[in-house]
Amino acid sequence: MTTATPSAPAAPTNRLGLTKQDYVGSKSTLCAGCGHDSITAQLINAAFEMNIEAYKVGKYSGIGCSSKTPAYFFNQAWGFNSVHGRMPSVATGAALANRELVNIGVSGDGDSMSIGIGQLMHMIRRNVPIIYIIEDNGVYGLTKGQFSATADLGSVLKHGTVNELPPIDPCTLALELGCGFVARSFSGDPKQMNAIMKAAMAHNGTCIIDVISPCVTFNNHDSSTKSYKNAKDHDFPLHELGFVQFNELEQVEIPAGESKVVTFPDGSKVSFRTLRDDYDPTDRFGAMKILHEGAEKGEFLTGLLYVDTSKPNIHATTHIVDTPLVHLNQATLKPGKDVLAKCMDELM
Amino acid sequence: MSTELANAHAAQDAKTLVNDFSIEIGTVNGSGSQTANSVLMRTIFLMGVPVSGKNLFPSNIAGLPTWFQIRANTKGYVARKHRVDLMICMNPETAKEDVLKLSDGAIVIYDEPLKLNTLRDDLIYYPVPFQKLVTASCPEPKLHKLVKNMIYVGVAGQMLGLDMIETKKAITKQLKGKQKAIEINQAAVDAGFAWAAENMPAQSRIKVVADDKTKGNIIIDGNAACALGAMFAGVQVVGWYPITPSSSLVESLIDYADEYRRDEDGKSTVAIVQMEDELASAGMVFGAGWAGARSMTSTSGPGISLMSEFIGLGYFSEIPGVFFNVARTGPSTGLPTRTMQGDIDICAKCSHGDTLHINLYPGNMTECFEFAYESFNLAERFQTPIFVVTDLDLGMQNWMSKPFTYPEGNFDRGKVLGEKELADMKDWGRYKDVDGDGIPYRTLPATPGGKGAYFTRGSGHNAMAQYSEKPEDYVALVDRLRAKYETAKSYVPKPILDDTGSKRGILAFGSSDPAVMEARDVLVDSFQKKTDYLRLRALPFTAEVDAFIKNSDVVYVVEQNRDGQMKALLREFYPQASMKFKSVLHYNGMALDAQTIVDQINAFEK
Ligand SMILES: Cc1ncc(C[n+]2csc(CCOP(=O)(O)OP(=O)(O)O)c2C)c(N)n1
Ligand code: SF4
Ligand SMILES: [Mg+2]
Repeated sequence: MTTATPSAPAAPTNRLGLTKQDYVGSKSTLCAGCGHDSITAQLINAAFEMNIEAYKVGKYSGIGCSSKTPAYFFNQAWGFNSVHGRMPSVATGAALANRELVNIGVSGDGDSMSIGIGQLMHMIRRNVPIIYIIEDNGVYGLTKGQFSATADLGSVLKHGTVNELPPIDPCTLALELGCGFVARSFSGDPKQMNAIMKAAMAHNGTCIIDVISPCVTFNNHDSSTKSYKNAKDHDFPLHELGFVQFNELEQVEIPAGESKVVTFPDGSKVSFRTLRDDYDPTDRFGAMKILHEGAEKGEFLTGLLYVDTSKPNIHATTHIVDTPLVHLNQATLKPGKDVLAKCMDELM
Repeated sequence: MSTELANAHAAQDAKTLVNDFSIEIGTVNGSGSQTANSVLMRTIFLMGVPVSGKNLFPSNIAGLPTWFQIRANTKGYVARKHRVDLMICMNPETAKEDVLKLSDGAIVIYDEPLKLNTLRDDLIYYPVPFQKLVTASCPEPKLHKLVKNMIYVGVAGQMLGLDMIETKKAITKQLKGKQKAIEINQAAVDAGFAWAAENMPAQSRIKVVADDKTKGNIIIDGNAACALGAMFAGVQVVGWYPITPSSSLVESLIDYADEYRRDEDGKSTVAIVQMEDELASAGMVFGAGWAGARSMTSTSGPGISLMSEFIGLGYFSEIPGVFFNVARTGPSTGLPTRTMQGDIDICAKCSHGDTLHINLYPGNMTECFEFAYESFNLAERFQTPIFVVTDLDLGMQNWMSKPFTYPEGNFDRGKVLGEKELADMKDWGRYKDVDGDGIPYRTLPATPGGKGAYFTRGSGHNAMAQYSEKPEDYVALVDRLRAKYETAKSYVPKPILDDTGSKRGILAFGSSDPAVMEARDVLVDSFQKKTDYLRLRALPFTAEVDAFIKNSDVVYVVEQNRDGQMKALLREFYPQASMKFKSVLHYNGMALDAQTIVDQINAFEK
């Protein structure tokens, strides 16, 4: 179990004057050592560092161990633990109702790649602004360890059952659907998770983050491909990520040279120091190619796989007003008597 | 011609039905008959005679048979009429069947080459050379198929004594601004009229005489009326998935919102998204409702089935949302273009576990508008999904109505705490029953001040919105939800009661109303049987329903389904009166007609 450490009297504050303690949630009830808790911890760090106003966050989830975690971060945010696999539509409704909400969704590989795959795909297609984290352990944790659709071919369950079906890769799927922010990380790599989450917080569209997050109770044995050991052995970061928030740009210099820099609409920048070949995170076809090649070699390629900050999001495509819909008053929402009279006249 | 002539004379001897008859037109789906049928119906309407128009269409885009039924009735009876007085046969495929099903003495207008007059000799036949007339009136061959139908408008118009000035108005209205189309269609009507005047023997079996019973009225369908209600209720978020017969509800809303719900910059004050399915539509409704928006979806039975898991979540975690169910004939795909009151049970108790929902049953166009408007107030007041249950007959057919009255007053946004109220409170709890009415206070995401945040979940929770599996917390929660349902009794529309003191009760709801009203008159006029009538307009059952059941010796529950779903609900809530309820049922997909009710009540009383 990991939540943020209680703050000492002189705990550091962020730009909003909040301490990290202001970003924690209730105590986790997951198994000790569960990968999901490390992800929660990084969400707390990233939000603290990014000066996120927690009360403006909408936290959403489906059903599963992973989906319980929104209760474990951001006590000051509104949370919505919905139904299995169908959180994307709930988040879509909330995002449309109040376009100023910062949306964070936490799901599992079962929640997102089986029962909820349809909703996930359509949420990506509509580019709903949300940080959507898939805590990917290859099993259904909460229902006690059945295979999920991300389990690798040939991987073995605790009790010896072998998976004979090919996996669905959330990142390849998201790329195919034109997602403007696709990343993969590993719950054992806090530094990379932190950079990815911060970049996601600057993005204004759907961010799909697949985090390999071992289930210590049902899927952490050596023959599992989503165990800590296997993930550590096969994790190949594509690049070293540096994220610099817009208002810190003056103090920090973005490394030049071999690194590539992508700017987000709010001015924040993310830099990529390439580790493999000449990986370009703005090249969608290149990203697809390297993902497929990596899969064949049995590697987890981690990092920000693809980013495109220019895609219109659902607020643009529904042509709604700039003011959050929930802030509109009755005078704006209820047409006048003259309108009804006109409508009636047309029907006479 | 001589048989026809002889028949025409026979018709003259029979009693003339003035402003009281029904017309059925058999055509081919997609042949443009809808324009012709609307023009015919609207002409009668514009002449001041009450009408209704029902489209019996197949689940097909083009090529299958379709029928249109017009009922004109001076007293205002607009339910489907069992007997057809004038049949217009334009579809060669069904013409024979159409003629064989008629009662004797009916008039048949048909396309000459079909030679229908050999089928029976107890009908009055009028063959019309449609092809010849179209060719003469319309220079463009590719339009012939479409325009052919307008010819019968002219022929029937001449025969019935319709005022061609009103027909002209109806065409202009129907083809809004499309000048060329107006001219072509008008020419076809004129050709039909002129031919009939010259060649067709006169008849005096059915006639329209100008009246003043429709002045100031509108013609509308229930889906458009519901859409208007939602628009004036300020709906902000809509998630939907197309399904007959509900699609035109959101489609009408899209059209209305396009015109009347934009800001100065042309941006929309309502987000309408066609979702990937009904599960997603329901999820979107609750996501938006949770965030503080007025949200809705519209669907039919199959969609409600898919939504039912989410609806349980909305009920249990107390989130507002409006669900329009325009019911069709089920189960499964059933008869997707036919009507049924088949979702009474599923909407009353949608989802697993113990669930009871507030349902509204509009019975006419005004109520479609008003209940749609009110449903948003109820959803926010009670923080729960509200069902507005109509059906294909109300939703898609053409109904005459008084113009709607502007809904004055303010929206009821329910118990929502803002930053200021929260600041003054000591111990706010999301699910605390502070007022003793079962309705807790809620807050909306992004309320500043640091006090209102809470966690919404479909799992067990206590009054402070914390996860709980404690037996006492669960019982307290579901008992409070039940109390909330009790509170709703004083908020939902009360039933309409016509009490004659007969102790012979009829209880009906929704689209059954016109047929029930007509049946009651028939029961008095032909069988000297008075009835009391309670038209139910909502669930939960209110005190008026209690009293009605108590005061009646027998309650005929009229409904359009096989199993008597409303009767079962009544028996559950009024077990002591269980034996008083008798089912009057109709479930063949057609709209209910008065005769069916009269016959079944008479059978009970033999
Ligand atoms: C409609 C429905 N079907 C089945 C379930 C049972 N169920 C709960 S969690 C879960 C799987 C969760 O797996 P995953 O999303 O991978 O989460 P994890 O527990 O592994 O983090 C299932 C099948 C449910 N809650 N709802
Ligand atoms: S069962 Fe697995 S996924 Fe669930 S809490 Fe335990 S370790 Fe985590
Ligand atoms: Mg899992």
